[in-house]
Amino acid sequence: MTSTTDIKAIIRRHRTRDAAFAVLGMVCLLVCIATLMALLVDLAIDGVGRLSPGFLTSFPSRFPGKAGILSAWVGTILVMLVTALAAVPLGVAAGIYLEEYARKNWLTTIIEINIANLAGVPSIVYGLMALGLFVYQFHLGQSILTAGLTLALLILPIVIIATRESIRAIPGSIREAAYALGATKWQAIKHHVLPYSTGGILTGVIIGLSRAIGESAPLITIGALTFIAFLPPAPVQRTFPFVNFDWLASPFTVMPIQLFNWVSRPQQAFHLNAAAAGLVLMAMTLAMNGIAIYVRYHSRKRIKW
Amino acid sequence: MTTATAPLIRRPPTATRFARRPAGRIKRLRERLIETLLFLAAASSIAITAGIVGILFFESLAFFKQVSLVDFLTDRQWTPLFDDAHYGILPLLSGTLVTAGVALAFALPVGTVTAIYLSEYAPHKVREVVKPFLELLSAVPTVVFGYFALLFVTPLLQRIIPGLPGFNMLSAGLVMGVMIIPYVSSISEDAMKAVPMHIREASYAVGATRFQTSVRVIVPSAMSGISSAYVLGFSRAIGETMVVAIAAGMQPNFTWNPTEPAATITAYIVQVALGDLPHGTIGYQTIFAAGLTLMLMTLAFNIAGYFLRKRYREIY
Repeated sequence: MTSTTDIKAIIRRHRTRDAAFAVLGMVCLLVCIATLMALLVDLAIDGVGRLSPGFLTSFPSRFPGKAGILSAWVGTILVMLVTALAAVPLGVAAGIYLEEYARKNWLTTIIEINIANLAGVPSIVYGLMALGLFVYQFHLGQSILTAGLTLALLILPIVIIATRESIRAIPGSIREAAYALGATKWQAIKHHVLPYSTGGILTGVIIGLSRAIGESAPLITIGALTFIAFLPPAPVQRTFPFVNFDWLASPFTVMPIQLFNWVSRPQQAFHLNAAAAGLVLMAMTLAMNGIAIYVRYHSRKRIKW
Repeated sequence: MTTATAPLIRRPPTATRFARRPAGRIKRLRERLIETLLFLAAASSIAITAGIVGILFFESLAFFKQVSLVDFLTDRQWTPLFDDAHYGILPLLSGTLVTAGVALAFALPVGTVTAIYLSEYAPHKVREVVKPFLELLSAVPTVVFGYFALLFVTPLLQRIIPGLPGFNMLSAGLVMGVMIIPYVSSISEDAMKAVPMHIREASYAVGATRFQTSVRVIVPSAMSGISSAYVLGFSRAIGETMVVAIAAGMQPNFTWNPTEPAATITAYIVQVALGDLPHGTIGYQTIFAAGLTLMLMTLAFNIAGYFLRKRYREIY
């Protein structure tokens, strides 16, 4: 027979384990947060001294003190532009099809499994595909266009999944109300489903782009140059037709590649440049995530079913 | 009389037919066109997969015409760009598995404990404060993690382990581990949150502590979701590029010792891509053979994960 004292001892032992696990959980969380803090502080200590307007408006250079990230941030913005223009229409259209039109058949099932698998493909494999297909089969060159399309394919699953989730959240009664007034399926989608799900879709797009902005492996794989001391041709011009698409074919570099280039040099002065570029890149990523959180919050607040 | 009127009734009134037909046909055509376009967008995802698989197989086929599969799998040297060329994937494979192993040995336990803590222990307020930090951790670009591994973690480790080389798999693996903790913990936490409350309450009702409930009831019930978190963690660990390329070095090295430098499959691809290899040479084809190996490893683990999920699926 177990006596009362035995039972009390058992309870005490289990309570101690319970408390010990709670402490362990907090320690694990603290490890994550402390690492993040150490990373940010380390980056800031090393990089803040190099941050200056000149750093943003200079080209990379052999002299670490003169080097800057002008070509890198311009390249990043142009590549992101192509990525967004390619991934958003394609991803949103695919999401609409899968959520609103697709019948339950083997083809739809394959497409769904396929998208889930694409989300797990290592990013460098997208780079290999782009190198073989875009660069050497379609002859798009190692250009901004190739880079933008590569990253667009990479974030396509994110955009599709975000679109599907925000469309799914719209009650069926909204669609039925539109049909009852004689709207066709597309009219119901265009005038009701899409406008109401814009917030969610936008959030997904921004999250996807913030992932693309930090990607460098696929772009290095397609052969992006690490030393670019010129800017691509400007997209807008003073003479007719005012827009210029030559920049699409231009060689480029982007922020993470510039950072990689500097961090892989032995001289310590370049490491400081890498830290400063890392700070700018982190600021870009954080700003995008901040916008995504803002959009998500506001689109939820505005609509009540 | 009835036989004559029957077909008349079946037809819609003429007025509406005339009013609706022309506009209706265009409308229907437009609807069909839009549906087709949307379908093509959805089907393009299959084209992407076909493109990936096709390119990897096509270029690898050209590679395996010159290098036998046996050499590829058994040769202990990987020196495709030297005069004395060897094409053994083993050194790259060992580098990939050691870095991924270090990362997972760190990320799986810490990620799981974090998930249990957040799902079962943490007060609402703690969760609200902590979750944005974890999201932030997963948003940090991987090159920045590489910088951190090379210039912060390695010098730190060198103080603990004297003689640790500047490039080593340990520091790359540990930082990669921190990088994948948010993925593992957020998916595991979602799986644990999805376990119905009454199961938890039943456990508490028979006198279990939170720890006993978590370990004996919640984790087994959520095993299906947790295993998919682990599979995702593994895929990310072997596919991660920049951290290992920056912090683990780019020299192929057949070793299982994490304190040594070694190139992974991904680091090798980056190294070749940084140089200027002419299209169509065997050196160019090696990166596709390496990529195919990586892809097949990911695939094998995803399939294993699929069966794991099936095995552990709980239906409430």
